[in-house]
Amino acid sequence: MFDRLSEGLQGAIKSLSGKGRLTEANMREGLKQVEQSLLEADVSYDVVQSFMANVTEQALGEKVLLSLDPSEQVIGIVRDELVEILGKEDSALSLDHDVNVIMLCGLQGSGKTTTTGKLARLIRESGGKPMLVAADLQRAAAVQQLHVLGEQLGIPVYSEADSTDPVKVCQNGVKKAKENDANVVILDTAGRLAIDEELMAQLVNIDRKVQPHQVFLVVDGMTGQDAVNSAKAFNEALELDGVIMTKLDGDARGGALLSVKSVTGVPIKFIGTGEHLDSLEPFRPEGMAGRILGLGDILGLVDVARQVVDEKQQAELEEKLQKGKFTLDDFKNQLASMAQPGLVKRMLGMLGGPMAQMNQMLEDEETEGGIRRTVGIINSMTLEERRDPTVISGSRRNRIAQGAGVQGNEVTQLIKQYEQMKPMMEGMAGKGMRERLKAVRDLHDSAMTNPLGGVQRTKKSTGTRLSSKDKRNNRKEREKLLKQTRRRRR
Amino acid sequence: MALFRRSKKQTTPNDGEATPTEPTQQRTPDDSTADSGSLWTRVRQGLKKTRDVLRTDIRDIFKSEGQLVDEEFLNRLFAILVKTDMGARPAAEIRDNIESKFSGRVIEFEEALAEIRNHLKDILAQPPQPVRFADSGPTVILVVGVNGSGKTTSIAKLTNYFQSQGKKVVLGAADTFRAAAVEQLIIWSERLGAEIVTGEANSDPASVAHRTVATALEQNADICIVDTAGRLQTQTNLMKQLEKIFRVMSKQIPDAPHEVFLVLDATAGQNGVSQAKGFSEAANCTGIILSKLDGTAKGGVIIPIRQEFEIPVLFVGQGEQAEDLAQFDADAFVSGLIEEEVS
Repeated sequence: MFDRLSEGLQGAIKSLSGKGRLTEANMREGLKQVEQSLLEADVSYDVVQSFMANVTEQALGEKVLLSLDPSEQVIGIVRDELVEILGKEDSALSLDHDVNVIMLCGLQGSGKTTTTGKLARLIRESGGKPMLVAADLQRAAAVQQLHVLGEQLGIPVYSEADSTDPVKVCQNGVKKAKENDANVVILDTAGRLAIDEELMAQLVNIDRKVQPHQVFLVVDGMTGQDAVNSAKAFNEALELDGVIMTKLDGDARGGALLSVKSVTGVPIKFIGTGEHLDSLEPFRPEGMAGRILGLGDILGLVDVARQVVDEKQQAELEEKLQKGKFTLDDFKNQLASMAQPGLVKRMLGMLGGPMAQMNQMLEDEETEGGIRRTVGIINSMTLEERRDPTVISGSRRNRIAQGAGVQGNEVTQLIKQYEQMKPMMEGMAGKGMRERLKAVRDLHDSAMTNPLGGVQRTKKSTGTRLSSKDKRNNRKEREKLLKQTRRRRR
Repeated sequence: MALFRRSKKQTTPNDGEATPTEPTQQRTPDDSTADSGSLWTRVRQGLKKTRDVLRTDIRDIFKSEGQLVDEEFLNRLFAILVKTDMGARPAAEIRDNIESKFSGRVIEFEEALAEIRNHLKDILAQPPQPVRFADSGPTVILVVGVNGSGKTTSIAKLTNYFQSQGKKVVLGAADTFRAAAVEQLIIWSERLGAEIVTGEANSDPASVAHRTVATALEQNADICIVDTAGRLQTQTNLMKQLEKIFRVMSKQIPDAPHEVFLVLDATAGQNGVSQAKGFSEAANCTGIILSKLDGTAKGGVIIPIRQEFEIPVLFVGQGEQAEDLAQFDADAFVSGLIEEEVS
């Protein structure tokens, strides 16, 4: 999707390279692509309109029109604006009461019950003592579902057999919190349509009588234009404190989140990214903005990587990389830390675009099995070979292959892979986020053009690039041009 | 938006309420038969909210004396169409169609409406699609869909539908993954008085499917409906699991499953297209059940789905009760979606 968006932008802006300056007209054409992309991501029509009005104003500014890479600039503006609207990272749950009551509400099938379980797990991880209350008396077996989740997590669940009054159940549940030694009570309410006045009144009734400290709306990540209507209705009835978006582990781009945020203005707290109870993540606007645009979530990737990789190890690696000493041993350590079930898939998924599609081609077992094989090969090498694989001759190769129980060509392939990765890893070291993003994007592109050939070798400096002096001159040149046009317009 | 209109309507109860429903009742053929009459009233009630939004908004644009078709006009038309979740592209097609036909002219409300309706009918046109029953022995139906789309509730409705035709139904609770999904279907089977085959939590769904088909054969049932766990179309492993269920079924009855129904949430946006694609590729689905059409969502995503794939829409679901299911009728759907007022 990103490719389509950026291709469209570049196409529209192409005339720049041929015919001199970028005009307002072809910039507008490019912005049409952005609009289309947002609508395809299910952002509500009205939200898209006001968003585009903002972005257009900025994009038609002189800075963009005169910049060296206008399409990149425009995407930058769009992304920044998206991040701005999506709001700050705010996944803190202020749990400062003796008994904190959190209520979850939403449409049928949005994922309230599963999210209740996930949220409870998250709260317990951070030191809280959660308890669940089964207040969905509508759907068949919803109460049992919560009990099963509670059992899996070892978290107490309060329910009343044969009760028909969810208000009572919630009230009694909250009273039972102290008995259960819990300081957080999560109320799982029944799914309801925003236009179902009776059920909405019931929800308001729970809100009034139980007075939850926080009310979260659970929104399905696949929701379309209707997200605006339901979010507005729930917010008007309940004064929401936060939003949780679910089912973002698929290919839905989650544009509804932008709609919900625009309509309600309440912070987005968490996103659900899987079926397992540990897949509830704090919301990060940068990642979501990338997703909605189809750019992928690179910061999220870095985050996951950070969780996985030992920090001390990471610092050591960083140092080595800066000295240009990325050895096969480091390669092994990197790989070994990735050989966790499901991790590769999760990370590929976060990359979005073509990488996320690669996800579909990869089977978990295969990828991670492959990593284990690779680690096995490196383990069969001597220290000398690991430091400098160029010494590996034909006979050494056969010895290594035998030791690892693989074919000789697999060893060769591994060494090739390492050779390709080395300059890239070293190139990334010590750089800021921007450069790293670029490096990852290069990786992205190379994988795109040659999906079966593995990672291509990245080019090293040829010495003919712009020196800092040249860059300074170019910048002066650009500023001069900018002043001239300004004068001309006056 | 519908909410807003509703409240508005309450204050002025006679505002166009009676006039639009009457002509449709005469026009819809199903209304003549007594048993499906209530069914269609329900469909119409479900669609009414959508219809109200669409009709009223368009009426705002096309004043009775007609209006100039200019850019502003087309933009507003586009907005209305996009809000049905049909997607930016089909909406743009319709807009451009109207533009090329009427650009610069002043047109009447009826004219543009007829145009849009025809366009949508063309897209949604499908030969009458009854459920394809097996020539002999039980008809096996597999129900698939993403998490929370309403599979289990739809199965309860289907069961009720077939039972009302005097057919014997056996259910298979092959969603062994989600907590208490089996219990949910058991509760429905008890309410409806249908036989049910279950499996242990986290057991192989294919084995449940196998036993369900076996039970249906044994008991000489007419219909056998197998529930599956919700899965996202991007989860390759889970999609492969469906293939295994297929194999197991076809070993006992060569043609089984006779129908594979994809349950699609009407609130879904453009991801619905990806769902239809994913499930038709992996599970070869033969029909769509559009669920949750009783809310403010419009289910317009079936328009791009019909444009791109051959999968017909068989049923629409609108409510939480077993009888809240109606057979899909393209003409009625479109007429219900955008209906003119014969003034």
